[in-house]
Amino acid sequence: MARPKLGVFKFSSCDGCQLSILDAEDELIALADLVEIRDFLEATSASKGGPYDISLVEGSISTPEEVERIMEVREESGMLVTIGSCATAGGLQALRNWGKLEEFKRAVYPDPRAIKSLEKALPVKEFVSVDYELRGCPISKEQLLQFFAAVLRGTRPRLPTNSVCMECKRKGNVCLLVAGRVPCLGPITMDGCGALCPTYGRGCYGCFGPSDDVNLSSYSRWLEKRGTDKTTLKLLVKGINSYAREFRGWIEADE
Amino acid sequence: MNRRIIVDTGPLARVEGEGSLLIEMDGKRVVNVQLKIFEPPRYYEAFLRGRKVEEVVDMVPRICGICPVAYQISALNAIEGLFGVEVPSGAKTLRALLYLGEWIESHALHVFMLAAPDYFGVPDCFALYRREPELVKQALRLKQLGNRLMAVIGGREVHPVSLRIGGVHKLPHETSLKEVRANLKSSLEFAMKAVALISRLEAPHLARKVTYVALRSDDGYAFLDGDVMTSDGARITPSRFEEEFVERQVGYSNSLRSLTKDGRPYMVGPLARVNMNFDRLSPSAAEVAEKVGLAPMEDDPFKSMLARAVELVHACEETVRLIGEYDGNIRPHVPYEYKEGTGYGVSEAPRGVLYHRYEVDRKGQVLQAKIVPPTAQNQMRIEEDVRLLMPKVIRAGTDRVRRLSEMAVRNYDPCISCATHFLKVNIVRRLRGDDRARLQ
Repeated sequence: MARPKLGVFKFSSCDGCQLSILDAEDELIALADLVEIRDFLEATSASKGGPYDISLVEGSISTPEEVERIMEVREESGMLVTIGSCATAGGLQALRNWGKLEEFKRAVYPDPRAIKSLEKALPVKEFVSVDYELRGCPISKEQLLQFFAAVLRGTRPRLPTNSVCMECKRKGNVCLLVAGRVPCLGPITMDGCGALCPTYGRGCYGCFGPSDDVNLSSYSRWLEKRGTDKTTLKLLVKGINSYAREFRGWIEADE
Repeated sequence: MNRRIIVDTGPLARVEGEGSLLIEMDGKRVVNVQLKIFEPPRYYEAFLRGRKVEEVVDMVPRICGICPVAYQISALNAIEGLFGVEVPSGAKTLRALLYLGEWIESHALHVFMLAAPDYFGVPDCFALYRREPELVKQALRLKQLGNRLMAVIGGREVHPVSLRIGGVHKLPHETSLKEVRANLKSSLEFAMKAVALISRLEAPHLARKVTYVALRSDDGYAFLDGDVMTSDGARITPSRFEEEFVERQVGYSNSLRSLTKDGRPYMVGPLARVNMNFDRLSPSAAEVAEKVGLAPMEDDPFKSMLARAVELVHACEETVRLIGEYDGNIRPHVPYEYKEGTGYGVSEAPRGVLYHRYEVDRKGQVLQAKIVPPTAQNQMRIEEDVRLLMPKVIRAGTDRVRRLSEMAVRNYDPCISCATHFLKVNIVRRLRGDDRARLQ
């Protein structure tokens, strides 16, 4: 794609994934030449509007206004890419989906009536079609750059398909689960971080969401035999990606 | 009545998060200034209830991708304070270094990429690069060193994974730390030159008397912990924060904001810190500050960018010193036991004082959480500054009025993502910026 028009949009999120773009200090200036930045509110006050060849979308959809806006972005975009766990799976704030919105409003706001929130904080794909998903909390900067490299070359971007475990083995880490009985989401989490937490001697908490073909019931039984009860696993799964389809189904079946 | 809306910025660019500024005038009188926040609520304080204290340390950083370490440190201070944990001094040094990495990254981002374009009359750092390539290149290098320091200690720049109750999970490679130290040493000169450069940029002036609030500790330029001190002379422990500062709902803007207990807005952040802890700046930072005439009590909010640049020098020099003194032969963490009660924690996020309070049961579960971020505290002050600025600049053309008022907002480097887990929202927005400035 020759100098594609780029839009970067924020919905309900922490800004961290957009920041990952600006954190690519070595490549940023070159990237700004290779693409035409049409809209990127965090970085520029020049707002040129659509249409966009590529739109990067950060954040979950959590207000009525955001529903309208994501439709507009979709309409203006050739390729829509969700960046990060919020846009891809609802993110940490989707934890509110497991409670009662009215009660949550009362817990945080003195006057809850003025607050407009959707009943649930949802992934972008619940509202519009998504062409690619870059996962993670935050996304991997390297993955983002490889994504751009592929699109600019006109080839299909390759994204990870295996679990954190694979990367952990490649790194030569001692397995925390087997050797230390430390609860770890590594076996059911998509790689992308380079097995960061196990390398730091702690269990994976699932930033990149479910890996392919996750079987949570089986994993839960396996863990139970090794001293980690279901409640502990459930609390771990009810984290950053609790509203990813595979995780959501397992939690719902249990509640 | 001759009421008219003079500026409605629409979605503000080059700030973190989603907000807009509306200014309403009646002739020459400013009748209304609203910093509107339409960043959606994410209900953190609500869903933290029932979670284990260990999880809090990995959840709260997700409130803000620009200052995740600040959230982790304030939370750790609250929880460890409650449990009576004494963090080993080496682990404390690593926490300080991780935090300084965040300061360097965040300050460099704001000074050179978000604020500087205003002063050069360009829309962004990409256009600035075409005009001042060497400046932007060096600035990016400095920013990268902050990120590198975070990655060496925390595993990654955004939402690092190395912090835990009782200390840190793992010690960093000493060779990598030394490499960062050597690189920062050579970037210090640029950071000092940048202060001089920024002091020469043409900026509006706005003298006003305000209350500054910053942390103060027994030694050093307080950021990792400390007491809360006000320029009115009060010095309180974190547990008294909510007695000294209150949140109030203001009719016209429908939002909660912090005020002193006698109802005055106050300012936190780099300018407050430089004013309150000037005697504690590192030697080079003190030297450049004096050279450019930045001294307490500086009462012009447009000196904020300069204060931020002085803090960049301080953070670089302090990092070089701490890595030089760091001895890798340390205990990464100590054990702890749950204790029921309420913990209070403060630290200096890049944008100012960040307060956390957690009520915890005997099983280490959170019963209640309260978080007061810097931008919520600055919000009222931002509006006051714009209100004071308007009569001085109203005769300039619309574009200039809009630009100057946006600069008055950007002085505070507002982080709206941070502010909105409890701020009221006011939804007004358009997708495109074509129709941003409106004159009615």
